[in-house]
Amino acid sequence: MQDVLDERSGLSDTLALISAVIIGAIGLVFALAGEEEILRLQGLIILAAAVAAGFYVAAHPTNLREEKRSGYFDGPIRVATVACVFWGIAGFLVGDILAWQLSFPALNLDLPWTNFGRLRPVHTSAVIFAFGGNALIATSLYVVQRTSQARLPGKWAPWFVVWGYQLFIVIAASGYLMGVTQAKEYAEPEWYADILLTVVWVAYLLVFLGTLKGRQEPHIYVANWFFLGFIVTVAMLHIVNNLALPVSFLGTLSYPLFPGVQGAMTQWWYGHNAVGFFLTAGFLGIMYYFIPKRAERPVYSYRLSIVHFWSLIFLYIWAGPHHLHYTALPEWAQTLGMTFSIMLWMPSWGGMINGLMTLSGAWDKLRTDPVIRLLVVSVAFYGMSTFEGPLMSIKEVNSLSHYTDWTIGHVHSGALGWVGMISFGAVYCLVPWLWKRQGLYSMKLVEWHFWLAMIGIVLYISSMWVAGITQGLMWRAYDRLGFLKYSFIETVEAMHWPYVIRAAGGALFLLGGLIMAYNVWRTIRGDQPVDVRDQPAVAAAPELRPGVVAMPAE
Amino acid sequence: MNHAIFERNSIILLIGALIVVSIGGIVEIAPLFYVQSTIEKVQGMRPYSPLELAGRDIYVREGCYNCHSQMIRSLRDEVERYGHYSLAAESMYDYPFQWGSKRTGPDLARVGGKYSDAWHVEHMRDPRAVVPASIMPGYPFLDRTLLDYSNISKRMKALKELGVPYSDEMITSAGKDVVAQISPDTKEAKALVARYPKAQVRKFDGQSPGENVEPTELDAVIAYLQMLGTLVDFTKFDASGPNLR
Repeated sequence: MQDVLDERSGLSDTLALISAVIIGAIGLVFALAGEEEILRLQGLIILAAAVAAGFYVAAHPTNLREEKRSGYFDGPIRVATVACVFWGIAGFLVGDILAWQLSFPALNLDLPWTNFGRLRPVHTSAVIFAFGGNALIATSLYVVQRTSQARLPGKWAPWFVVWGYQLFIVIAASGYLMGVTQAKEYAEPEWYADILLTVVWVAYLLVFLGTLKGRQEPHIYVANWFFLGFIVTVAMLHIVNNLALPVSFLGTLSYPLFPGVQGAMTQWWYGHNAVGFFLTAGFLGIMYYFIPKRAERPVYSYRLSIVHFWSLIFLYIWAGPHHLHYTALPEWAQTLGMTFSIMLWMPSWGGMINGLMTLSGAWDKLRTDPVIRLLVVSVAFYGMSTFEGPLMSIKEVNSLSHYTDWTIGHVHSGALGWVGMISFGAVYCLVPWLWKRQGLYSMKLVEWHFWLAMIGIVLYISSMWVAGITQGLMWRAYDRLGFLKYSFIETVEAMHWPYVIRAAGGALFLLGGLIMAYNVWRTIRGDQPVDVRDQPAVAAAPELRPGVVAMPAE
Repeated sequence: MNHAIFERNSIILLIGALIVVSIGGIVEIAPLFYVQSTIEKVQGMRPYSPLELAGRDIYVREGCYNCHSQMIRSLRDEVERYGHYSLAAESMYDYPFQWGSKRTGPDLARVGGKYSDAWHVEHMRDPRAVVPASIMPGYPFLDRTLLDYSNISKRMKALKELGVPYSDEMITSAGKDVVAQISPDTKEAKALVARYPKAQVRKFDGQSPGENVEPTELDAVIAYLQMLGTLVDFTKFDASGPNLR
């Protein structure tokens, strides 16, 4: 047994070094022979990352025997947690800059790398993939270990997942600023960044499966079904939607395999399920662990979670065509998309009920624990936006809402309300647990964060309802003589004040994020919590809690 | 059915989930490739000329799709505002499609010919100079930047691999054709129009044409915008007749 572990230790280091050399070599080729300046620069970044990783691996030989004795493997999770906070702030900031640009166009500065068109993918990728993705990686790798009572397999693979993912984010975002984009929403990274992400994602899947394989529990806990469904479906979506032919293997530009109508259908099959699986299924995994854990109550209904899981993943994948109502997409596909989108309301609300009712008998915690409040309010926003979504997928409603800011408002009620709030809640849980602290530095600051974010979201959503419905109605307004009543630019002018209010709401949300970053930093630094008596016992790291720690019920 | 089989075997859970999530995509996407009626049979569609293609790549690079759609829906007000609703055939050579999802600015599917070149030049330099309430960013750098079309034939070759009917002649003369499209009244321009019917030939960015005048990025963008939606011959299009999809 000892020999096997020693052998595996050596193998682990060798494989890690070989990977570093291969990635470094690719970086070197890009740096030296890249046809564009940006690719040469990105080659240097890749090379530097690979060299740093290689040296680190060489300097820290693996001893799996010792590793295994040290319990859960939380180093990569700590990195992903900090990255989640960091990219969150970056993503909110860019988003708010964009909001002010729409209010006051001079803020574009009319430079290539500051104009709205190039910055907008930086915002969407930063919040969805960098903030959301790191929240998912951190929570999923934390949850799968605790609910399986097993350590993440290997030593370098989990590190590769976390740092490889950060490298992907840097490559993608720097590319956007320099005009490197596939021009497909939420799938903007070009072919080489896509390949990097694919490799990282497969490693992520293997690490997750490897942990499940080593589990001490006979049953796989429900949160892990959702995490696994999310990981494998995102892999499928990412690969199919990004099939492309590079013009040159030393250049950034590629053309996608599918044009026109097939391209549109594939893109929105991907796009809507980036919402369905990245921003929903994955975050439902968070819900199914962190709410029961924080409330110290079992999940409301085991049977409902089974129905929730299978019906959600089956129905979601059909919903894409509702982004293409009344377009050149054949009508049968539009109708299918609308039908399944409406049906999707049911599993969505089933999941919401399962999350909310988990608080049965513990509703008082909403008043006393702002972290629980973040988690529960996020589920309420989930319920709201999953009602609004099916509504907007109805063709007649969509004819008004599509192409307007109503869609933007809808997305943000899901993104700020659901994804944002549940991630904040999870981060506030995780930080003391991971860094072994008595509690958060300040619960009062969590309270401030909660209310700033709430007010910000309300301003954001309501101003976008006003903007979207106003613009939709103005576009289709006719005068007494049967002519269109408004020119397009008049409908743009009507957007000014809603845009200003939205930008103000976004600023409050950003401010809340900064408070979180401060609170997290003070907690990690080890500062004595200022209000430890106001914090529930469960806020402390498991090792520091009196008595036995209950596992969440299955 | 006993759910324990999924809960006790990670691989069975994985395969089960993968099967369940595959169905919707297969049913909705696959038929679009082989059902003939998906793309209408129309007169006039042709691949982009090299200059238009270069302009399109700049449109993609600058992220114009974030604010402009290229898809007129079959709704009365849209048809009256923008023109005939968009056909699937009109984007069959679009890699990637640029239908968009948001109209912060107006739809551009049929913007070709709606404004003069001079208007576009001024509008790109400073949108508020021609539309005071516009919130579009300015693109003053486009007319200061010479167009890089060194790999234009490679781009066309890649598109040909993907199914765009570029002939070998089109690909070999791609570089020449870029210059030809900004050089009116030359025999190169005549050859270009023979290869790409309805291609508009002039110096788009407001500078005067001439020998040794290199195309700017603005030339390419305006050439692209001015051809958008102008190809299909709608006098020969009958939505319920032989063009029926």
